[in-house]
Amino acid sequence: MTADFGIKIEGVSHAYGGGQSGLASGTLALKQTDLLIRHHEFHALLGPSGCGKSTLLYLIGGFIPVQIGSISTQKGPVTAPGPDRSIVFQNFALFPWKTVLENVMYGLQKKGLPEAECREIAQAHIKLVQLGGFEQAYPSQLSGGMQQRAAIARTLAVDPDILLMDEPFGALDAQTRRVMQEELRMIWKKRPKTVVFVTHDVHEAVFLADRISIMSARPGRIEHQIDTGLGPERDESTLTDRRFVELGEQIWRLVREQAVLASRGGL
Amino acid sequence: MAGGDLHPASATAGHGSFVEVVAVCVRYLPLLIMLAAWEMAGRSGLVSQQMLPGVGAIATAFFDLLQSGELVTNAWRSLSRAATGLGLAVISGIAVGLLMATRPLFRTLINPLVRILYPMPKSALIPLVMIWFGLGDASKIFLIFLGCLLPVIVSAYHGARGVNPFVIWSATSLGASQEEVLREIILPAALPDILAGCRTALAFSFILMVSSEFVIAKDGLGFLIGSLGDGGNYPAMFAVILTVAGTGFVADRLFGSFVNHCLRWKEQA
Repeated sequence: MTADFGIKIEGVSHAYGGGQSGLASGTLALKQTDLLIRHHEFHALLGPSGCGKSTLLYLIGGFIPVQIGSISTQKGPVTAPGPDRSIVFQNFALFPWKTVLENVMYGLQKKGLPEAECREIAQAHIKLVQLGGFEQAYPSQLSGGMQQRAAIARTLAVDPDILLMDEPFGALDAQTRRVMQEELRMIWKKRPKTVVFVTHDVHEAVFLADRISIMSARPGRIEHQIDTGLGPERDESTLTDRRFVELGEQIWRLVREQAVLASRGGL
Repeated sequence: MAGGDLHPASATAGHGSFVEVVAVCVRYLPLLIMLAAWEMAGRSGLVSQQMLPGVGAIATAFFDLLQSGELVTNAWRSLSRAATGLGLAVISGIAVGLLMATRPLFRTLINPLVRILYPMPKSALIPLVMIWFGLGDASKIFLIFLGCLLPVIVSAYHGARGVNPFVIWSATSLGASQEEVLREIILPAALPDILAGCRTALAFSFILMVSSEFVIAKDGLGFLIGSLGDGGNYPAMFAVILTVAGTGFVADRLFGSFVNHCLRWKEQA
């Protein structure tokens, strides 16, 4: 059974603050979540804030241990972080004491590649995210958009099977954000990967993803799954596509329902 | 000079260097005023020359001590003790602080000791340390080590605790092992705090160097101050005191430039 799946999430529940096994006493962030993400699919996780979408992403990353249920990839069950599932965070999380080049080289060095090869692959990825010429700059010398490009280059350089993105453009201004979205989609087309992209921006999700999962208010669960069916090409014209506009409306209504539920139930 | 073009104020070299000279003069003006007041106090007869020798007398004594070689020999003895104690403290302090931040069991065991030892004046231990380690170098080095150790431990601990967890997660998802995370991520990320702690420790090392040599030593700057004072040679005593102050100042400034070099990746204010 080597099914063509990227990530398989089965019956995952997760609680915070209840100790290792104390699901009963903690705050339930995820409840009985099932989700099958296809191989080389661009998948967006959408939902109101606090719905547990980042928690689900961190569980896939192996950063927090699975309490109940199971998560597996082609490489088997997820137990710890690993370079097959690399992540990009909202706050970039670059190593501030390393230059752009050193940041991008870090994961390659961990793979045990020879120094010259690390340098070469890193250079290629810095070019890919259009940061050529900034190899020797420190993160503090770069703008937010450039830092996020460097973080994406660092993650792509190790060539992970699965790319996890936690609201990666959330801290950027609107214009930079739009440019980064187009570039990400372009890079993904050149180098197909299974992508899980967490966001609370409906249009970002529709523009980028092949499939969108909408999560319920806390405790989170996958409430709806929608195929965007927008085709592989995404650019300026996608934004005015009738399908794009309609999907945006439809998904916005579904997310809004959950957000209203969240505000009633939560506080 | 490298970053000169970034500062419009120093764009015209002549103007810039003049401003710099004035700035330096203003910065050290209080020092000059103090020296002048010092000299005046003695000359006016307000304070006896015996108690507070004039600046000139001190300078003469200083050059005498320099020529006889006494100052250099003793300074060398003192500074090598301070450097040894400080060096050992920095190495073990960083290790202990990082382990406290990353190993809960280790923290539970060590934390009470750190809390009790940190505020305790280490000079209170001088008599005891003399019994333990005798009159040789070991007793002084141990005291300096102990005094410098705690600020380094505390700063390394707080620095390591404050590391952005997403940076650590990024490293593990790029394939770093636990040990590599500690050495390659937590240590450099905590470096600003660690270096600040080391700077405090540097000052402590001078304090403990002099005070321990006062009590238990046959040489060193602290010993020299004590013996010259006992012999009533106050100009020479003051010369040594000022030498200690000057050396401490230079050491701190050198360390400051070292810190700036290490942290050049940080955002310039």
